[in-house]
Amino acid sequence: MGCGTSVATENQGKISEKAMKAAVLIQRWYRRYIARLEMRRRYTWSIFQSIEYAGEQEQLQLSSFFSFMLDNFTQLSGNGPDLISNLLEPEVSEGSRGAQFEGILVSDSYCGPRLSFPLTVSDTNALLGAFKAQQTLHARYLLQLLHETKKFLKQMPNIIRLSTSCAKEITICGDLHGRLDDLLLIFYKNGLPSTENPYVFNGDFVDRGKKSVEILVVLFAFLLVYPDHMHLNRGNHEDHIMNLRYGFTKEVMQKYRVHGREILRLLQDIFSLLPLATIIDDKVLIVHGGISNMTDLDFVGSIERHKVKSALRLPRQSFDHMGLEWERREAKGYQDTQSSGRSRGETTRKRRSRSRKNSSGSSSSSSSSSSSSSLCSPCGSLHPGPTPLPSPGLLGRTDILQVPFLDSVVAMATPHSREEEEWKQVVDLLWSDPKGQNGCTPNTFRGGGCYFGPDVTRRLLQKHGLRLLVRSHECKQEGYELCHDDQVITIFSASNYYEEGSNRGAYLKLGPDLVPRFFQYQVSRCTRKLTLHQRVSVVESSALKALKEKLFAHRSELMTAFQQYDEDSKGYISTSDWAKAMESVLRLDLPWRTLRPRLARLTPDGSVEYQSCFEDVCPGQPTIQISPNLAETLYRYRTDLEIIFNIIDKDHSGLISIDEFRQTWKLFSSHLNVDVDDRTIEDLARTIDFNKDGSIDFNEFLEAFRVVHKLDGKEKQQG
Amino acid sequence: MADKESAEAVISEIHRRIAEAFNVFDNESSKSVDVREVGTIIRSLGCFPSEAELHEMIAEVEEEEPTGYIRFEKFLPAMTKVLMERKFRPIPKDVLIQAFEVLDQEKKGYLEAEELKKYMTQEGEPFSQDEVEEMLSAALDNKENVIFYKDLVSKMTFEDL
Repeated sequence: MGCGTSVATENQGKISEKAMKAAVLIQRWYRRYIARLEMRRRYTWSIFQSIEYAGEQEQLQLSSFFSFMLDNFTQLSGNGPDLISNLLEPEVSEGSRGAQFEGILVSDSYCGPRLSFPLTVSDTNALLGAFKAQQTLHARYLLQLLHETKKFLKQMPNIIRLSTSCAKEITICGDLHGRLDDLLLIFYKNGLPSTENPYVFNGDFVDRGKKSVEILVVLFAFLLVYPDHMHLNRGNHEDHIMNLRYGFTKEVMQKYRVHGREILRLLQDIFSLLPLATIIDDKVLIVHGGISNMTDLDFVGSIERHKVKSALRLPRQSFDHMGLEWERREAKGYQDTQSSGRSRGETTRKRRSRSRKNSSGSSSSSSSSSSSSSLCSPCGSLHPGPTPLPSPGLLGRTDILQVPFLDSVVAMATPHSREEEEWKQVVDLLWSDPKGQNGCTPNTFRGGGCYFGPDVTRRLLQKHGLRLLVRSHECKQEGYELCHDDQVITIFSASNYYEEGSNRGAYLKLGPDLVPRFFQYQVSRCTRKLTLHQRVSVVESSALKALKEKLFAHRSELMTAFQQYDEDSKGYISTSDWAKAMESVLRLDLPWRTLRPRLARLTPDGSVEYQSCFEDVCPGQPTIQISPNLAETLYRYRTDLEIIFNIIDKDHSGLISIDEFRQTWKLFSSHLNVDVDDRTIEDLARTIDFNKDGSIDFNEFLEAFRVVHKLDGKEKQQG
Repeated sequence: MADKESAEAVISEIHRRIAEAFNVFDNESSKSVDVREVGTIIRSLGCFPSEAELHEMIAEVEEEEPTGYIRFEKFLPAMTKVLMERKFRPIPKDVLIQAFEVLDQEKKGYLEAEELKKYMTQEGEPFSQDEVEEMLSAALDNKENVIFYKDLVSKMTFEDL
């Protein structure tokens, strides 16, 4: 009795204690496993964002290149005004456009939606059904829709004022970036727009995703059907120059081979006619990007918004003015501007605390589909080392280290003209980002707008009696984020923005109480539920690929940097030196030591075999025999060359003449200070003219500069 | 002389590692992170503290009046000490398997889902619902609704790299 039970209890006690210890051990181990996954998830995010922002910076180079071409060469091919000037110059004669769509015949075999104006709900339903079935709207109806939209938008004010009276909840959505699936998911969860269900879409409808046209059609259609309950704000991607680079122009040209240019011209006007902001109940301000310390909503209400066609084209100034600005900066000390830029950069968000104004190369490459492509800054791979400052006398040359017009306006305290002031106000609204510290500094990484601190927010909200600022413009992992003491909400509606599984999308609803309610979602292609590890791995692998492509595109600069630490040419250097070299060349502000196991091999004694960084990525089809350096340079510029070729190729044949190719390359290289001698390009051009008929199939040409990831096969084996 | 230099180099490298890990979670470049992330940072640096040990460490690096944020200034020396002293060492695979075997009283070679769930949420430093759900989704053999823990340990050790 007594002995038996007490032994049993004692044993039970022992087992219990053992079980408890075992459990603690297992929990410790598992929690550490999860922490590792969390770290991987975070740095994956950092990689995507760093590459994206680095790419956006370099967007400036392309636009400054276009400006350079425009200012110096009126015709590229000598056959009359070219597409570039057509695209970049403001619309001259609006009247002549007329109702040209009426002349377009719609054949009987077209089974897509046939719109009838004025539009009704049956048209919007037909459109939604058609797009779900992967159909494309006929050009005739698209053009008519665009004409009607343009007419409608002309009479809208710069700032729309809404109210939540009648106990209506207003739904606010952020960036969609051509992802139709996300828009359809929102409509599915939240209902279609209607008089009972008003919506505000906060810009960036196009670019990056493949269904930008469809998104615009749906949004514009609902705009026409429910003009008082559907509202669109302009985003920084509603800009024809951004579209050249980020995919929308290409999408339009591919879907509408005959009428593409007409469509794009109309859209150029429509984008600039989109309202800049929406205010709900005089309390909630909705803009795409943010604000600056100079933002003046009363002034914004009065500007001629349609004149600001693109953030990347300053109102045309005389050469003299540009030159003057240039010399003034020269006198101030070019280097000073650079270094002050750098220190400003360092006090802002970590991701952007790289200065791109260092000549030894904040350069990047075209990379995988999800992230933006980019253009090299100053020195190409062929001449590492600081680029000499351009001499003050060269008024004609656009500088490559900085973008004169953008920087000069951003740095200016007082813009010179009303036009410039209007431009700056618009750019601030569309491009700015909030940051943690007080103050307002130029957003040197976006290249436009500002970083605005909580004090700027507070001041503006107070000044106009507002309570809340809702903005978009930045991708957030949960689809939304609050900051500045909950006075600023970022809402982002494109889920899986970087990669399948990278982030959720969200929208918010505001009722008369103006308390935001958030709704999240994620478009998912696979029906099987993935474990956390699988989800993290998929996104991580994609980020690493993008990063490795960057390494590849900067191979020679990196090798030079590595070799500086490896005087005896042993082939390996310390982890510390390796990390320093990586950051000095790539300037992505990433945790290199943490990433090292994914990027490079160690020797038995713990040093980094730096050559192994480049093992995984190799050129795809080396059909063209050119020097590795030239190959690297061309690889970096792939996407930009593609854009330019597409512009030159007016009849969309995929072919351009050797002469055009040569001219383009010459312009390119002189603008970017890439030192490739004419002879090499001449040889290259002849080599790629495979059938010797004087024309180059540029898609074939570009194919040669794709890269292959060798580990892809291995990863698939491991499963 | 050389020894001193290399010792300094070692510490300096440790500092940079810690700074890197810290910065991943420091979104605003404010040199501070949310206290709830500190455990993740410590663990991602290779340590296996228990929850109790973690709380002890947090108490050490917290402000006198806890703000919900941990500053890098305070974190760095404490974490350096942890790494130099090799505290919170990894758990060897066989020890881990033994722990599972303790829970597997009948020595079946596997645990029922409900069994593991019970232990993880009631014993030791209990998991939250989310934590245990996630573990099960990774561990469960769907056909038989059990966890073959030897395989699980192998798989997760491999994935952990």
